[in-house]
Amino acid sequence: MTTEILAPPTPTPTGRRGRGRARTNTLTRQSGLGLGLALTWFSLLVLIPLALIVIQAADGGWATFRDTLTDDQTFDALRLTVEQSLLVTVVNVVMGTLIAWVLVRDRFWGKRLLEVIIDIPFALPTIVAGLVLLSLYGPRSPIGIDVSNTERAVFLALLFVTLPFVVRTVQPVLLELDPEVEQAAASLGASQLTTVRRIILPALAPAITAGAALSFARGISEYGSLVLLSGNLPHTSEVASVRILTYIENGNEAAAASVAVLLLLVALAAILALQLVNRWVARRG
Amino acid sequence: MASHVTPPKTAGTYARRGLVVVYLFLLVAWPVGLVVQKTFDGGLENLQAAFSDPDVVFALQLTVYVAVWAVVINTVFGVGISLLLVRQEFPGKNLLSAFIDLPLSVSPVVVGLALLLAYGGSNGVFGPALEDAGLQIAYATPGIILATAFVSLPLVIREIVPVLQEVGAEQEQAARSLGAGSWQTFRRITLPSIKWALLYGVVLSLARALGEFGAVKIISGNVVGQTQTATLIVEQKYQDFEQGAAYATSFLLALIAVAALVVVTFLRPEESPDGD
Repeated sequence: MTTEILAPPTPTPTGRRGRGRARTNTLTRQSGLGLGLALTWFSLLVLIPLALIVIQAADGGWATFRDTLTDDQTFDALRLTVEQSLLVTVVNVVMGTLIAWVLVRDRFWGKRLLEVIIDIPFALPTIVAGLVLLSLYGPRSPIGIDVSNTERAVFLALLFVTLPFVVRTVQPVLLELDPEVEQAAASLGASQLTTVRRIILPALAPAITAGAALSFARGISEYGSLVLLSGNLPHTSEVASVRILTYIENGNEAAAASVAVLLLLVALAAILALQLVNRWVARRG
Repeated sequence: MASHVTPPKTAGTYARRGLVVVYLFLLVAWPVGLVVQKTFDGGLENLQAAFSDPDVVFALQLTVYVAVWAVVINTVFGVGISLLLVRQEFPGKNLLSAFIDLPLSVSPVVVGLALLLAYGGSNGVFGPALEDAGLQIAYATPGIILATAFVSLPLVIREIVPVLQEVGAEQEQAARSLGAGSWQTFRRITLPSIKWALLYGVVLSLARALGEFGAVKIISGNVVGQTQTATLIVEQKYQDFEQGAAYATSFLLALIAVAALVVVTFLRPEESPDGD
């Protein structure tokens, strides 16, 4: 499903107008009205509230911002969040690519089931995801592994919720990749490793990058799946979004906004990265 | 699609296959299976107990009510904005298209905070004025609907836009030149060509809407029997050591979400949304 999320951002094939980037306006009165309505709703729901976070953070001034981010507990939370998200992204890049490879190139009984399993983390409510992981990796684990209330819990929860991103971005690209090119490389004497390194990985790189960006952004912002699993212990298993929530509950909206602005910036950066990758792919392909 | 020359199966093939199966089993399949098993530990007892708890029943009803509203709003908005983005040219279009994706990568907690800053009853920007006019948003159902609509906003759009691009505008132009009005063109030409993508987007939105937790937790105030949704009651029941109820409610939420996803995955015609 993320394949569609990654769809290039609408350079439209609507006919002869395409060339020469003419930014003409084709709105009729009717569609202009529709656009106005849609923009109003979008602003009221998304843009204005998000802008208010930036304003709130700026309102507190540089001092609040600095004090908040240099607060021991907040700093630890931010560091833990970034570290674990990076770690999870690395695992996803490797395992996600491998899963996509197996799903596309291998054929075996039960493959369809695997496809469904990969979408489960998307479909499950995050709080349920936490509960699910707790049943196997919690205090009453049937296999004796208890990660609850540690930073491993954060890693595990993020690994679960970000599972589909790399798989679903790499899979369609791999489907389009012609195995004949690899056969040609092999018949010209390239070893398996060379084929992977020179033929397959370069073709998959943009998709892997896009999946990694999505996975990292999701990891940074995760909240629901961690609530029950990680215990939210300060300095140990407390992540950035939990910190924001604590600030909100204490009525300290300026500090909450300071941390939120950081998360917002990461989200924007991820989107920007995606757009750049998409453009780059569109230009090449 | 790609020509399938069955590749020779080497030891590597089996190693990769084994690794992937074990990984997915340990990470997803086994834990999910355990929750299902725990739900049915004492037969149907957990589910019956959950259904006879008025707080759980209320939470489930509220969740469905909110999800339906959010999905309806997102569907109308999504179809409208997709048509505008694909079929029209206007200044700022690319910027809008980029911003539309924003809700997918914003943390739910940040969403909750943002809505609180805008619509909070005492110190939000619009909150006090709206409350004077008799409309309470934060800590009430409208706020929960807003939060839910926010987090699932791009899902319908991201499904429809590629399909609209692919089918092109020619049939619509033909219909118009033959005298069809815009509503008629939409209903007879555009809608049939996007119906699978739309259905898929609606199901994804519904699954997301039923499951939202973080944003709703902040904006709803989490009051039992008033603004507590199903995901919030799962947290509360688990922390109150009523794990049977937590598992039962989780199972229901998961069942709806996964069932919807599976049904649509199998209903959807293979990769050719147009059918021709």
